[in-house]
Amino acid sequence: MTIIKTLFASMILTLGLATANAGTLDVVKERGNLICGSNTGLAGFGNPNDAGVWEGIDVDVCRAVAAAVFGDASKVEYVPLTSKVRFTSLQSGEVDMLSRNTTWTLQRDVELGLEFVGVNYYDGQGFMVRKDLGVSSATELDGASVCIQVGTTTEMNLADYFSANGMSYESIPVETNAEADAAYLAGRCDIYTTDASGLYASRAGYPDPSAHIVLPEIVSKEPLGPSVRGNDSEWADVVRWSLNAMIIAEEKGITSGNVDDMIANSPDPETQRLLGVKAGYGAWLGLSDDWAANIIRQVGNYSESFEKHIGVNTPINIARGLNALYKDGGILYAPPFR
Amino acid sequence: MEQNFIRKLIFDEKTRALLIQTLVIGIFAVLIYLVTKQTAYNLEKRGIGTGFEFLNIAAGYDISISLIPYDSNDTHLRAYFVGLLNTLMIAVCGCFLATIMGFLVGIIRLSSNWLFRNIAYVYVEFTRNVPVLLQIILYYTILLHLPKVKQSIIIFDSFYLSNRGLFSPAPIFKDGFSVVIGSLIVMIIFTFFLKKFLKKKQELTGKQYPIFLINSALIIFIPIIFYYLMGMPLEFDHPVMKGFNFKGGMVIRPEFLGMLFGLSIYTAAFISETVRSGIISVSKCQREAAQAIGLKANFIMRLIIIPQALRVIIPPLTSQYLNLTKNSSLGIAIGYADLVHGFGGISLNQTGKAIEIMLIVMSTYLTISLTISFFMNLYNKAVQFKGNI
Repeated sequence: MTIIKTLFASMILTLGLATANAGTLDVVKERGNLICGSNTGLAGFGNPNDAGVWEGIDVDVCRAVAAAVFGDASKVEYVPLTSKVRFTSLQSGEVDMLSRNTTWTLQRDVELGLEFVGVNYYDGQGFMVRKDLGVSSATELDGASVCIQVGTTTEMNLADYFSANGMSYESIPVETNAEADAAYLAGRCDIYTTDASGLYASRAGYPDPSAHIVLPEIVSKEPLGPSVRGNDSEWADVVRWSLNAMIIAEEKGITSGNVDDMIANSPDPETQRLLGVKAGYGAWLGLSDDWAANIIRQVGNYSESFEKHIGVNTPINIARGLNALYKDGGILYAPPFR
Repeated sequence: MEQNFIRKLIFDEKTRALLIQTLVIGIFAVLIYLVTKQTAYNLEKRGIGTGFEFLNIAAGYDISISLIPYDSNDTHLRAYFVGLLNTLMIAVCGCFLATIMGFLVGIIRLSSNWLFRNIAYVYVEFTRNVPVLLQIILYYTILLHLPKVKQSIIIFDSFYLSNRGLFSPAPIFKDGFSVVIGSLIVMIIFTFFLKKFLKKKQELTGKQYPIFLINSALIIFIPIIFYYLMGMPLEFDHPVMKGFNFKGGMVIRPEFLGMLFGLSIYTAAFISETVRSGIISVSKCQREAAQAIGLKANFIMRLIIIPQALRVIIPPLTSQYLNLTKNSSLGIAIGYADLVHGFGGISLNQTGKAIEIMLIVMSTYLTISLTISFFMNLYNKAVQFKGNI
């Protein structure tokens, strides 16, 4: 399937049918919905729920952009993309943006002609093993079989980490998260490695989550964030500031519950600018003035999104950690809204 | 003169045909040129780098199944060869197994035994009507449900079967083993000529010799004698359970087995139908004539029916080999590290060179397929009837 998809995307690239430089924002507005490249299914990040509605913190970025452009967060069409076809799909114009736990790297940003607009989850690659193996550190993994999702930064980090520690391993490359889970649970491999967030998400879905541990070693930096095509900075700004709006809203204590109250009563100038009480800021982005208010009303601020989908009260159970605001000991930091 | 030329172009059938063909080829060439140019333009406009320099940079990922030494510091080009060899390995093994199974099943389907005939019938109808991808995944899933590595099934104290594959002792060849190999090769060549010689003698004198017995004895016992003469220059490296996995020995991985079973069982069903049609195509009189001169059933099959059936069997058999080879690209579904999986997948993702890599992978498959066709056509010519019937 993927080969056909890649081929098809290459073909579009070849024939130049894609919406070349028309300006993605205009194209999206005219079409009436946003086409968002999402994960093929990663609980808490991008996954359809029981009712078939997509949800997760990556999905919330798509919804935020739709809320900003249309004032309606539901105007999104999700295209599930494997890690292998995601960039070609974006490059060829099959999707308007990508929001599916994708690591921001130099090569992707520059050589693949993409533009990463920010980070919505600071992650790092980890290892998960069965508890009964009695392993407590990744340095004890010599000779193990490792399940690994292909087409990611993961296989390179893995090769680097094992060779740096003088350890050997057998890699079992699989195509999707679900296949990796199946191979790992069947005992085909001893270790499942991917971004730690992905490990937590997978573990939450296992028959007995407590039988598996994520080892303490985090072997890489994986800043995950949404990306767009590199030749359209106007559109990049819309996506970038949609994400920033969610982070600034958390800083300012604006939530989906109190946003209307804030519009009416907040004396804080930055809050007033963000929520469109002071007019003119939306026009810079080609949007209406209430674009950010719509995001917060319909999607919520960053904290709401995080706690709803992956926070400590969900089965995925991830603490804010690095992803807390800079004020709270994390590294989440949005530029000022002025 | 000039008018004549134009008249000729329009009214002379041969010249007209030539003109039209030249035009079509010309339009096609222009189209290809335009598409290439447009692609290059689009890529440049999107700021996507192009070119084949990426082949020389380090691949950065590991491949477990490899016939040549490879590690993550090797280049993408070497990763390409690793994948290519894995593709060829599964294609060759698959075609071999599928051919044997196909011939057996094809013959059994024509058997007079009701039970065998119908078992073969059910097998053929089931396997060729279920998509091969599903079958590959089915066999792989079954293999994954073998015991875990620590509870491996032990066979003859040296083979260990688990869902990590079949671990077996690996031979270590020491000095002097080349003499044993050499004697084996010499014997194979020798028996080939011996067979020809004895056959000729049989034709002249009518006396039959136990050719198969003599030749088998030569091929088996002479190398064994040399093996003992050279002081038994062969040792085995036994797999030992150490930490997470077996260390040492050799392993056949479940990914390879899943592919091999899936591809060969699927393709064998088609080959068996080809074989059946080939056998049916041989005139009934041939069999009756053979029976009349008192040949035994298996001689009739081997000497009379199959050689004539091959004429009909070979051309569709070629297509089945091509299908199997191309279907081997489904290895990606179960993590078999073939050309599409490694180079066409991981390298593509690491470098983002979709068009370049797809071009390389596609022309590789094209080359493999054309090579198979070429040799099968040669073989086809060899088995056709010489002269007119």
